[in-house]
Amino acid sequence: MRFSYQWLTEWVDTELTAEQAAERLTAAGLEVDELVRLGGDLDGVVVGRIDRCEPHPDADRLKVCSVDIGADQPLQIVCGAPNARAGLRAPVATVGSRLPGGLKIRAARLRGVESAGMLCSAPELEIGEDASGLLELADDLEIGMPLHRALGLPDHAIELDLTPNRADCLSIRGIAGEFAALGAGTLRPPRIDAVATAGSRIVSIELAEGAGCPRYVGRVIEGVDPSAPTPPWMVQRLERCGVRSLGPIVDVTNYVLLEFGQPMHAFDLDRLDGGIRVRRAVRGETLELLNDQTIELDEELLVIADHGGPVALAGIMGGRPSSVQDDTRDILLESAWFDPAVIIGKARRFGLATDSSHRFERGVDPELQQLAIERATRLIVEIAGGTPGPVLDRTHTEALPARPRIELRPDRVNRVLGTVLDPDRMREVLERLGMAVDHGTVPWAVVPPSRRRDLAIEEDLIEEIARVVGYDRLPVRAPGGRLRARVASESETPIDAIGAGLQARGFQEIISWSFVGEQLLERFGLAAGAQPLANPLSQDMGVLRTSLVPGLVQTVAANLRKQQARIKLYETGHVFRVGAEGFEESHRVGLALAGRAVGESWTAARRDFDFFDLKGEVEQMLALAGLGHGQVVFRPTRRDWLHPGQSAEVLIDDETAGTLGQLHPALVDPLGLAHPVFVAELELAPIRSRALPEYGGLSRFPSVRRDLALAVPEDVAAAELVTVAKKVGGDRVRECIIFDTYEGKGIESGFKGIAIGLILRDVSRTLTDQDADRVVTDVMAALNQTYGVSLRG
Amino acid sequence: MAAPDLDEMRSTALAAVAGASSLRDLDDVRVAWLGKKGRLTAELKALGQLPPEQRRETGQGVNALKQELADAVEARRHDLERAALDERLASETVDVTLPGRAVDPGGPHPVSRAMSRILAIFRGLGFAVADGPEVEDDYHNFEALNFPEHHPARAMHDTFYLPDGRLLRTHTSPVQIRVMKEQAPPVRIVAPGRVFRSDSDQTHTPQFHQVEGLLVDEDVTFADLKGMLATFVNTYFEDDLEMRLRPSYFPFTEPSAEVDIRWRNADGSAGRWLEVLGCGMVHPNVLGNCGIDPERYTGYAFGLGVERFAMLRYRVDDLRLFFDNDLRFLAQFR
Repeated sequence: MRFSYQWLTEWVDTELTAEQAAERLTAAGLEVDELVRLGGDLDGVVVGRIDRCEPHPDADRLKVCSVDIGADQPLQIVCGAPNARAGLRAPVATVGSRLPGGLKIRAARLRGVESAGMLCSAPELEIGEDASGLLELADDLEIGMPLHRALGLPDHAIELDLTPNRADCLSIRGIAGEFAALGAGTLRPPRIDAVATAGSRIVSIELAEGAGCPRYVGRVIEGVDPSAPTPPWMVQRLERCGVRSLGPIVDVTNYVLLEFGQPMHAFDLDRLDGGIRVRRAVRGETLELLNDQTIELDEELLVIADHGGPVALAGIMGGRPSSVQDDTRDILLESAWFDPAVIIGKARRFGLATDSSHRFERGVDPELQQLAIERATRLIVEIAGGTPGPVLDRTHTEALPARPRIELRPDRVNRVLGTVLDPDRMREVLERLGMAVDHGTVPWAVVPPSRRRDLAIEEDLIEEIARVVGYDRLPVRAPGGRLRARVASESETPIDAIGAGLQARGFQEIISWSFVGEQLLERFGLAAGAQPLANPLSQDMGVLRTSLVPGLVQTVAANLRKQQARIKLYETGHVFRVGAEGFEESHRVGLALAGRAVGESWTAARRDFDFFDLKGEVEQMLALAGLGHGQVVFRPTRRDWLHPGQSAEVLIDDETAGTLGQLHPALVDPLGLAHPVFVAELELAPIRSRALPEYGGLSRFPSVRRDLALAVPEDVAAAELVTVAKKVGGDRVRECIIFDTYEGKGIESGFKGIAIGLILRDVSRTLTDQDADRVVTDVMAALNQTYGVSLRG
Repeated sequence: MAAPDLDEMRSTALAAVAGASSLRDLDDVRVAWLGKKGRLTAELKALGQLPPEQRRETGQGVNALKQELADAVEARRHDLERAALDERLASETVDVTLPGRAVDPGGPHPVSRAMSRILAIFRGLGFAVADGPEVEDDYHNFEALNFPEHHPARAMHDTFYLPDGRLLRTHTSPVQIRVMKEQAPPVRIVAPGRVFRSDSDQTHTPQFHQVEGLLVDEDVTFADLKGMLATFVNTYFEDDLEMRLRPSYFPFTEPSAEVDIRWRNADGSAGRWLEVLGCGMVHPNVLGNCGIDPERYTGYAFGLGVERFAMLRYRVDDLRLFFDNDLRFLAQFR
């Protein structure tokens, strides 16, 4: 809501400056978004009247004007404005004055003709937007009067950013009521007298949709002159509120909308077929709106119809065919109340947002319609003439919202606010806000004014009291309360701890988008089960991510292009998938490695990351999270986005927890990357879940180590050897280390060399050589039997 | 046989010790004089051949020389060992200005960094951390939070919808509902997480992060809310910032407020008012929706944008940098 502060001060007798007023309103919850000073420095700018206006002898577009500014001699001023004409009063910047933009006015010769001053448009004086010509001033203004006095300048335009509950402040009347209640001054609303009925013409009004439109007030005005000029004071006032002048009838309805918050509409009576019917639209009907858009109607929409069909979209916008036009003589004014429930969302369906729909969606004062139509009638008759008929009021009282009686307990107010406010103070605040307070017994009964449709329960009144007293005056209590320990369970590793471990090992955290393009997922083979959005911002943000991998890879690619030689990234975040058991949302961690395995250094040879760098990182992450050796298993797997020979799945406690591997070269090549990329992605839930440590005693006996050089068939995984060794050796095998692998000379074809070290120990005695030999024999026998493994010669 | 010339032997032997330039040389000298077949050992063996009146005197002289020589060898050995160690250590000198063999550190995303700090403060103030799904239903995101269907308040949230009517949560407030339905008062939680609005321009990104706080107990007042927020803000910024509350409107709180802080410029001067938080007393309808008696219990809730707090704290001037994931940017927040 944008309004002129000067207009507000006509309603409230206040000493406050616009700046002080803005602070007061903001502090009370009517946030001032913008405060613009209008007509800053207009010294030397006066009201002038053009007495003669003749073409410039040497320039087609220029005119030579003789302008009376109340001095002994008229001024000769050369001017290019199309609306310059004899008889017009317009602002004159006299020689020696300076315009707000900084231009200093000097006597000049324009194409050989002397010009002593400048006739001004509104933007040149920074008091309005209309740059089409000179600012036209009222004919009754005294010639020579300083312009700022003539226009009541400087004024301020104040833009309020209103929360949706404060529909009552979408008008000067509402803001004034609030402003006065905040102690800014005395409320002085203008007297609105009924306009005597002079004509007799009426139209029928039928309300077929009583709940949606329980009140419709209409009035015929015959013989208006739509070509009558809107008086400059009204044009300026509208303009300061951000509304352009469009002709006297529309200007008046806009003026009343701003003044009272009642959206109104005027129909050309001769273009209506019979009377008014407020009803639901019928599917198949269409309506050409004032903005030239033709819309298809249906039963969801409330329309104003005549006997021929819809003529306006109720509460949103009028129709073009029945609108007031240059040849209009007789009009029907509409001042109605529509239930927000039937208006909400309807304008949006057609991409519309009008001053009218904005107000009806939030709730208009249901007791305002008569007042508004009287106000509009008087203004129209004053400006455009005409003979007003009787006020036609159709109201279904039972469907109009009743004012609630809200119970209020003063002690509850203090209990919620932590205050010790006196009940008399509470009552005073409420009454200043226009509420009727029956305080004979507790609970009090409070009836808010009809314009405050946001007040319904006790807490609403508590807020009103707090607001007017001032939030900053309410007490502060330091944090306290009963002390309770709030420490996370020890059997769940905090995500921060996992992150800290990764960071210590050189990983940089990233945060990528939760939505990605479906095509991107398809490239990775990750599109299955992708959940689309109904209203994405763009196609490349069209579906929810099914994996952290594409985002990591894109980040790797973008940073490799920025000359990063070595990249270690991780992200934790949610992924989404429609799976066999319905929609799944899970929390994952993803890792990515690319480029040099070690920072460029004098100590180490250059090499790129490989699979075992990534696997090592995953192992470290899991070990730091407290997962024991036996809990984690890696085994070969295949995924569309991974290199088929370098991809593994990770099992934690026998459940698949994620995958890791080299990104498939077919995905890397199109990115134009010089390095292979390695990615891992794991579910966080199994990683975070950890057993409490439990002390298991210390062995007093030494361990013995036996190293075995094995010839292993090529297709046997190293991990299998370890598994067998541990299984066969039992508790005595404390560790089984793979300390070497070998291929080539000395190994039979079809075999590979693997060296394992068995660390043997017993809890109850020192192992003898024979004990150790027996374990080795058993392990070798099992390896040979299961996998054809033998000792190398 | 004549008595040996001990003076001559002494000067010869000591010269040999002093002349030994390595431990091996020194040992040769020791063996030549003090060994089983050494000269002094031989002299002692030969004592018996001396006339009896010389035996005693000569014996004492030889023994004294033997002791002196042994001491000299030991002293020389010590010197030679010391010199050898010095030489070895000198050969092991490294250029300590060469860089160490370290792993380049990584670091948290600045939003995570701010988030961790925020959560640490609230944990310290007795709040537990709660979370919930990012894909929510209308009930938890709006309805239970007292947003009526079609209410203009919903238009304040530009919502991403799924085709089936579910949505991406527009705030972390649904976690309030989930927690209060599970847990009877007292409730004291913060809910951190990612939220979504279909809005993208210089000052809005379609995803961002919030921390929502909720405290429901007996005798909780607006004064407690003000105290908690002041404590939080001043702890987070490690400063004593001027704070103001402005009435506002959120469907799930009543009374509602927006919180501004008076920013301090880099030079320490008072800066602009900046909006940093939304808050209020939990609306009785919300308590009622969760089966909590609003007559017995009151509560407050607040919500803050983590990106906003990160921008202010680390003086980041463009929101969009947070989601560009440029490592040159991210590396500045280790």
